[in-house]
Amino acid sequence: MTCQELVELVTDYFEDALSAEDREAFEAHLAICEGCVNYLAQMRTTVRITHDAEALERRPEVAGLLEAFRDWRRTRSA
Amino acid sequence: MPDTSLVEPYAGRDPDAELLARLRRGDEAAFLALVERYGPLMLRIALGHVRRPAVAEEVVQEAWLGVLDGLDRFEGRSTLKTWLLRILTNRAKTRGEREQRSVPFSSLAPAGEDGPAVDPDRFQDALGRYPGGWVAFPADWETVPEERLLARETLACVQGAIRMLPARQQDVIVLRDVEGWSAEEVCDALELSEGNQRVLLHRARSRVRAALERYLEEPA
Repeated sequence: MTCQELVELVTDYFEDALSAEDREAFEAHLAICEGCVNYLAQMRTTVRITHDAEALERRPEVAGLLEAFRDWRRTRSA
Repeated sequence: MPDTSLVEPYAGRDPDAELLARLRRGDEAAFLALVERYGPLMLRIALGHVRRPAVAEEVVQEAWLGVLDGLDRFEGRSTLKTWLLRILTNRAKTRGEREQRSVPFSSLAPAGEDGPAVDPDRFQDALGRYPGGWVAFPADWETVPEERLLARETLACVQGAIRMLPARQQDVIVLRDVEGWSAEEVCDALELSEGNQRVLLHRARSRVRAALERYLEEPA
């Protein structure tokens, strides 16, 4: 699987819609490709911000609280 | 298992079952509660199809009337909210198509619906060292401070990117990623197959990611 092929399958991967074979090839590629690992993380971040943007637009003060909560959660699971 | 760390989907019975029952009995407060609960979402979806706020509001009004008209026939095989949004999106689409026909120069026209997730120029061609491989790796966004990711300007960038999407892509990304609906609920509301829903979601997310990338990586 090439990087160019992988980026087209990212959503299917997140949705658990890849065949077992494709998922294996997908993950095997991720194991050796930092570029695609970064791309996947970018997609995750995009979804996260998409989700937060709406709520934060209504309540801008929540942004600081959300950051604090994530810090707290991170140190908790460390 | 689907990656639910992305967005937590709703799982369970109809959360509006009680409101629905009260609505059927003619409870006005229940109707108002429903309008308050779903009105803003319905308006947002309508705006993706018709653009003009006044027209979008008309679409939403008509949708609510359609809901009341159809209430006795509603069998509850889908949840109330998916049914509401189905009525709304059908009206929004119809109205949107009518509006487009009367606009000579479609400043409303979004960029083509099709296209790869990432610009092909980002990948090496057949002559490259690794055909199909990245020319330059995408950046590691872990190094971007959280406060920048959550800054008003960044959020505005994402929201702007969503508004620029073709209507159907906008519908899917708003319901899935903004509102947290499950894939099943979205397919139900938008009358899409699972495969179609995924394709639309993929294109929408890819475009938003690209817009975010351009914004985050523009030189200071």
